[in-house]
Amino acid sequence: MSTRLPPTPSPTQAILRTPLGRVRGLGSAKEGTDHFWKQRITGVANIMLVTAAICILVSLIGADYATVRKTLQKPAVAILLLMLVLAGMMHMRLGMQTVIEDYVHSEGSKVVLLMLNTFFTIGIGLTCVFAVFKLSFGA
Amino acid sequence: MADSKVVDPRPLSPHLQIYRPLINMVMSIVHRITGVALYFGTLLLAWWLVAAAQGPKYFQFVSDVFGSLPGKVVLFGYTWALMHHMFGGIRHLIWDTGRGFDLTTVDRMSWASIVASVLSTALIWFAAYGLR
Repeated sequence: MSTRLPPTPSPTQAILRTPLGRVRGLGSAKEGTDHFWKQRITGVANIMLVTAAICILVSLIGADYATVRKTLQKPAVAILLLMLVLAGMMHMRLGMQTVIEDYVHSEGSKVVLLMLNTFFTIGIGLTCVFAVFKLSFGA
Repeated sequence: MADSKVVDPRPLSPHLQIYRPLINMVMSIVHRITGVALYFGTLLLAWWLVAAAQGPKYFQFVSDVFGSLPGKVVLFGYTWALMHHMFGGIRHLIWDTGRGFDLTTVDRMSWASIVASVLSTALIWFAAYGLR
């Protein structure tokens, strides 16, 4: 979370370490392109998963409970929903993290909101996972 | 340092209120707004899945809420936000390859994603209700 650069080295040390050299590799936050890359992977996954999920949801409009239940119990549908929830929650968490870091500058509120972001996405995600499991395996 | 009071306010560079809104700028803002809306919108998906897992009675209640006029308005907005964010995201993936940065292409891709988001939302709702 801290994005501070290490202190500028003394002139004698700086001979071989330029500022550019110091931020290369994994950068000052030591996570490199991790955030960017995960946002992209989950984004690409979501294009496919959301499209498939919309087709399923549209096919269930107006269907009775028994049909909805039977559809959501199909392994392919259940697995698709689980993947959608996983990729969706990761994508949401990273996106909201960026929004918070952009607009909330007071350190206390920022840390609290970043925690709430994690709690919310994992909470919602596992609730969905539980519901899908209950539909598939429950009584 | 963050809490230090600025005695003499420094001049600020021109910002949102100054610039004429450009389409790519509007798209960028809407991309973020739709992202935040979808974030909280997943509560609806979770509610629906929980209702389906809960049983017929509660599922019927949630279906009625979603099927009411306000429910449909919210779901319609949710669909459009999802489509807009998806096409906006595809635009970002194209940019990630280093392509499409000249101003003409930027403007064209902006308008194309707006048109695509409206058309796909219309298509989804036509498939959901128009074909029945």
